[in-house]
Amino acid sequence: MIEVRKLVKRFGLKTVLRGLDFRVEPGEFVALLGPNGAGKTTFLRILASLSRPSLGEVAIAGYRLPAQAAAVRQRLGVVSHLPLLYGDLTADENLRFYGRMYTVPRLEQRMAEVLDLVGLSARRRDLVRTYSRGMQQRLAIGRAMLHDPQVILFDEPYTGLDQEASNMLDGVLRQVAGLGHTVVMTSHDLARAADLASRFDVLSHGVVAASVLRSEIDPNRLLAFYRQAIQGA
Amino acid sequence: MREDVTLSQTSTHRPASNFLRAMTAVVWKDLAAELRSRELLSSMLVFALLVILIFNFALELDTRTRSTVTSGVLWVTFAFAGTLGLNRSMAMEKDRGCLDGLLLAPVDRSAIYFGKAIGNLIFMLVVEIIVLPVYSVLYNTNLFVPGLLLVILLGSIGYVAVGTLLSSMAVQTRTRDVLLPILLFPVAIPVLIAAVKASSGFLLGIEMAEIQPWLSLLITYDVVFTAVAFMVFDYVVEE
Repeated sequence: MIEVRKLVKRFGLKTVLRGLDFRVEPGEFVALLGPNGAGKTTFLRILASLSRPSLGEVAIAGYRLPAQAAAVRQRLGVVSHLPLLYGDLTADENLRFYGRMYTVPRLEQRMAEVLDLVGLSARRRDLVRTYSRGMQQRLAIGRAMLHDPQVILFDEPYTGLDQEASNMLDGVLRQVAGLGHTVVMTSHDLARAADLASRFDVLSHGVVAASVLRSEIDPNRLLAFYRQAIQGA
Repeated sequence: MREDVTLSQTSTHRPASNFLRAMTAVVWKDLAAELRSRELLSSMLVFALLVILIFNFALELDTRTRSTVTSGVLWVTFAFAGTLGLNRSMAMEKDRGCLDGLLLAPVDRSAIYFGKAIGNLIFMLVVEIIVLPVYSVLYNTNLFVPGLLLVILLGSIGYVAVGTLLSSMAVQTRTRDVLLPILLFPVAIPVLIAAVKASSGFLLGIEMAEIQPWLSLLITYDVVFTAVAFMVFDYVVEE
């Protein structure tokens, strides 16, 4: 579903990604772990077609980036730590706007489905700026799911959420993963990643330093695995 | 790799209906958000009214001199208020990550540019429609000259066309509030000079043959910068 070969990204003289290789099979939930500055967000922005690779090959669902970016975007949903929502519009209006941008068929019906999925049907006519941070993040997931993408990218989705909001987001993410989407999530929160992901990749110094399947590791050993990967990189 | 969707199909030759749908969605979104917040229009309007008020007290002109400086005062007011609006419009997209949300949509990115530009143009024209009668009263000058209204429309299109493009560049930087005027004013000099000269010509009743070159410059500027923005917007907004 996602295939990345020898990806390099440079910002001026600074090289952030150094020949990164990465592959995700359909339906996998990959947690991309790594310290600050490892290149996680840069990597996700390239997958999302928001940034051009300096070198290397990137393909999602069989379409190449950046040459076939529009085809990739049609198959991609992105949730970041920012909600990507308009505070002066209601949840309904936000979803209707993005639905038009993605040419979503049966838009009103689909909006009702995603609002139900993220538990915001009762607040659909309220302005987004009146939502709590957790509710905004749930609506952001609804926005990303609206066009039924094959691949969903989560960039630090728990940033700024309190414990209760994080727990609610956990529930929504489990539902999303259960629907069979391919998911890549960056996170600092190893415990939550251990709960959700089917594979753990550790990104360090611009390359994937280690990778392990959930079935191959005891969740209690994940922190040790992570530390070992960082130190070995 | 799949070869059934090529670059030309996905980004530059999308069906016109998709382009129009995306463009109108962006315009609708900007208008709906502004109707709720009135954040952008109110700041532009207050600023514009303050500028003409300050000029009114500062210049203390006689009737004859008044008609000669009118076009200059008007375009200084429109340019400053317009810059404020352009900055705010793009900053609102950037602050909540919404610009990324727009860029993630599978549409020709120039549709996003045209949507933003049309929204900005509507806001600028609304401010101008309110400023003109206020100016007429304060300066005791008749501004309801059809030729002047045409110049205001053409000048605003050119200013917004280049301003929307440059604001999408400036918004990516930390010094965006300062950077936009620094980038915009030098590039907008031709449109501002042409607009001032043509406006002045219509207000002073100069012959059409003398105004025509300035009108032609305005139209050329509008066409050239709209075309340039159409071609480069994709590269400007991508890292």
